[in-house]
Amino acid sequence: MEIVFALAVGILAGSGIYLLLRPRTFQVIMGLSLLAYSVNLFIFAMGRLRMGAAPIIDPARGSDPALYADPVPQALVLTAIVISFATTALFLVVLLASRGLNGTDHVDGREPDQE
Amino acid sequence: MSSNNNNLGTMSLLFILLLPFLGSLLAAFLPSNARNTEAWLAGAVSLAATAIVASLYPQVTAEGVLRMTFPWVPSLGLSISLRMDGFAWLFSLLITSMGTLVVVYARYYMSPTDPVPRFFSFFLAFMGAMLGIVLSGQLIQMAMFWELTSLTSFMLIAYWHHRSDARRGARMALIVTGAGGIALFGGVLLLGHIAGGYDLDTVLAASGTIQAHPWYPAALTLIALGALTKSAQFPFHFWLPHAMSAPTPVSAYLHSATMVKAGVFLLARLWPVLSGTDYWFWIIGGAGLCSLVIAGYLAIFQQDMKGVLAYSTISHLGLITLLLGMNSPLALVAAVFHMVNHATFKASLFMAAGIVDHETGTRNLQRLSGLYRAMPITATLAMVAAAAMAGVPLLNGFLSKEMFFAETILLNRPGWQYMILPVAATVAGMFSVAYSLRFIHQVFFGPPATDLPHAPHEPIRWMLLPSGLLVSACVLVGIFPSLTVGPFLQTATVAILGSNVPAYSLSVWHGLNLPLYMSLTAMAGGVTLYRIFLWRTSETVPLLEHIDGKRSFDWLLSTLTSGASLIMQRLSSSRLQIQLLVLVCVTLGASLLPVLTREETFWGTHPATPASPAFILLWLVGSVCALAVAWQAKFHRLAALILSGGAGLATSLTFVWFSAPDLALTQLTVEVVTAVLLLLGLRWLPRRDERYAQGQGQAATNRIRRLRDILLATACGLGLAAITYAVLTRPPVEGISPFFTEQALPLGGGLNVVNVILVDFRSFDTLGEITVLGIVALTVFALLRRFRPAPESVPLPNQQRVQDAADGLEEKHVTNPASILPAGYMMLPAVLVRLLLPLATLVSLFFLLRGHNAPGGGFVGGLILATSIILQYLVGGTVWVESHLRIHPQYWIAIGLLSAAAAGAGAWLAGTPFLTSHAWHGELPLLGELHLSSVLLFDIGVYMLVVGTTMLMLVAIAHQSLRSHHRKAREGRT
Repeated sequence: MEIVFALAVGILAGSGIYLLLRPRTFQVIMGLSLLAYSVNLFIFAMGRLRMGAAPIIDPARGSDPALYADPVPQALVLTAIVISFATTALFLVVLLASRGLNGTDHVDGREPDQE
Repeated sequence: MSSNNNNLGTMSLLFILLLPFLGSLLAAFLPSNARNTEAWLAGAVSLAATAIVASLYPQVTAEGVLRMTFPWVPSLGLSISLRMDGFAWLFSLLITSMGTLVVVYARYYMSPTDPVPRFFSFFLAFMGAMLGIVLSGQLIQMAMFWELTSLTSFMLIAYWHHRSDARRGARMALIVTGAGGIALFGGVLLLGHIAGGYDLDTVLAASGTIQAHPWYPAALTLIALGALTKSAQFPFHFWLPHAMSAPTPVSAYLHSATMVKAGVFLLARLWPVLSGTDYWFWIIGGAGLCSLVIAGYLAIFQQDMKGVLAYSTISHLGLITLLLGMNSPLALVAAVFHMVNHATFKASLFMAAGIVDHETGTRNLQRLSGLYRAMPITATLAMVAAAAMAGVPLLNGFLSKEMFFAETILLNRPGWQYMILPVAATVAGMFSVAYSLRFIHQVFFGPPATDLPHAPHEPIRWMLLPSGLLVSACVLVGIFPSLTVGPFLQTATVAILGSNVPAYSLSVWHGLNLPLYMSLTAMAGGVTLYRIFLWRTSETVPLLEHIDGKRSFDWLLSTLTSGASLIMQRLSSSRLQIQLLVLVCVTLGASLLPVLTREETFWGTHPATPASPAFILLWLVGSVCALAVAWQAKFHRLAALILSGGAGLATSLTFVWFSAPDLALTQLTVEVVTAVLLLLGLRWLPRRDERYAQGQGQAATNRIRRLRDILLATACGLGLAAITYAVLTRPPVEGISPFFTEQALPLGGGLNVVNVILVDFRSFDTLGEITVLGIVALTVFALLRRFRPAPESVPLPNQQRVQDAADGLEEKHVTNPASILPAGYMMLPAVLVRLLLPLATLVSLFFLLRGHNAPGGGFVGGLILATSIILQYLVGGTVWVESHLRIHPQYWIAIGLLSAAAAGAGAWLAGTPFLTSHAWHGELPLLGELHLSSVLLFDIGVYMLVVGTTMLMLVAIAHQSLRSHHRKAREGRT
């Protein structure tokens, strides 16, 4: 389980970083969103992987922390997901504005001469 | 507030300091044509401050020092401290009274077209800053006011900012005095550190410790840098002549009571602590002597009336600095005396120069001539003031100059140093006579000038009044020194020197002695010098024409700028790709370093659980999706978007798998909203050139770059995977988590621990986060208001045109807002989607309300509602939806934030800290048993804000297509 999870994090991050280094704004957006998945999973993994132990207290079983998954990384990731949506929206609008102003979707705001 | 603050006198210290700043604030908000109101305001403020300062005199003489202290950073032993002794009193009076006179003068000097609110506002702020320097009882605070004078004087010098000389002069003044201010700050920190406290009293008491300390030279050098730059002393004198591009009232103020006087004020203030050493003598005395002689010489050759005065200011400030540098208490008395005298005659001379400029339109000494006949009063006033500057007997300048000459003779230094000073002083006196004579003779005597821009005449009486008052002060002090200025000078010097004040005599006649002969020599020499140079008309200065402080300053500035940009060029890039590349490489390196250097094994020992085939399959699909996105994001954006949704779905399912239902729900809903958002954006992106899609026309460098990035990305991905695995194979760490799990029910009253953390335990973080969300939404909205799409994106997309044609709709059709359902191919889905809206609203509320005890909450609920509204837009079209369902996202954002904040602020009512949760459990008629909690209000806030944010962003982007429709429709009609 752990190895698959780790590989998933790695593949998402690798694809994201590759796209981050690309010249077109849409690629960078996609890269950021893949990287966000990867980082969110990574932070989530800091609480270790537990199955069938959602951090919702069952009054019948009591609130022994050993019975439930770690809630802190989950709370962190939950806000991170929403913020990454806001970032994506902001970046999308910036890239649209840049495209409208500069006539190109290159990240530098102008077409490089060799292309 | 300490106990001695209750006294009315000490309270007035605060009034004196605050009045100008309050006046400045008020002046800034008056209309730009309110010339009289502004002048009345500024005049009243300065006059009131003058009156308060004057009224404090008895108390200052009786008590010695008035203090007022507020704690500021008690842990560092710092306090805000106001302190007025005799010396500070003298300076406060000088600043406020001179300010009053300058305000009167400025009222008539400034043209009706000048924006006076800015002038008077900065003027008052500057006055306040100066008062702050002299009234500070604490060194750090003094350094702050010091910087404030640099800033406000910058604004005043650059007042006519349409003129390049004003801008350049102001910038030079700011850089020189600002740099000096930093040096001063450093010096003050050292001084306070040595003395064991930043309080002025502490420092003044630590004279012995300070001079014996090895840091003394460093502290002295830094403080001297600050004082000498401010007082425009050699070699930093060059900024002052360029600052005369300021309006003349400003120059009159800067050169007399303020700005340049701040430097010598500081030197006199710290005189008991810092003086008495050879360092002090050489640094302060040396700079003073150079300024005295060189600036006096340069002043003779200026062609601009204000230029003469500017260099004479440097020379006279040099005189004061030299006196301070002489290490003799008597010289200190003379220095303080000359500060006052110089202020009076220099301000009136600047006013005279301003009047001449105002009435004739020029200040050029070559053009001006014979004005005595046209403006006899101005001429008389200027003559008396200039005579005071030259040191003519029966005027105040004579007295302090005499004291200076006497001191040069008494200087106790070995060998040539003893000889050179009286000679230099006499020569400087000659220069002073020569430029004063030139200033008067060329302007007011000789044949009347005929080619002046305006015909000269006397100004109105009010403009002459300030100058007249100052000149009468010069005469009165000159004739009856001990009756007029005597007691105040005594109080001021006692404040600096304590009981060591030497005996001195303030009388006009001391008998036939060496200083008098020196004075007479200076007079005769000055007149002769003027006769020799009378014929000179050229701009250059003999002997010193190659020494130009401005040129070296400009060279230094341009070298620094080009050097900085060269370094920027070498070390930085404006290109995002390179920046990101560096960032990724550094991160990779930084995370590799500890792995490579540590001894213990990288992998954990915790046994891994066997992988389930379904999970492997899930991530097989997820990974393929991710890799495909990386491959296709350039040419097949839609495909990439869908595939990235696949990866997101896999992520979401992983959250479900590993006991994080809240995350899964949030991820899923965010996924939907993000997809819609990006789909809306796709339309405005340019088409890709087909050639590249076929893999043609690619340069080899591009392929190499891509290979490099693939390798880097692979390394990063493998690294992150390795770290993840290393963490997962280690046992969990005991952190703060158990607390949340244990206390969620007893303290938070909720079963869903994640939700309790978000809305209760860590709700302050969440409040911050939703604020960020709101700001981002407004930013998106604001950016899109000015959005201009690229021209080729404006026509309707091809697919839409084909579909419209197939449906028999015309191209520019807009759905009829009155129709029950949108026309065309979307009619059927529209029916379903409309049915869905109330259901989805119900579901979203369900998720919101149950969030505290089960997966759900404000975030998820809000996103669900937003999605269902977006669906209406997708199916019905913007126009049709908005004619049926008007939502105002900005209100949702506002109400959301307000209710979250209200939920937090409500805790104050119960006397608990912000955001403490409070629950109410009870029974209501009809409704039955009810449980209400401030946490629910908070979560409702989150819910509303999320709905508002999402809607605002999506609708703003959706409206862009509508705008281009409108534009096309408009163009079609015209």
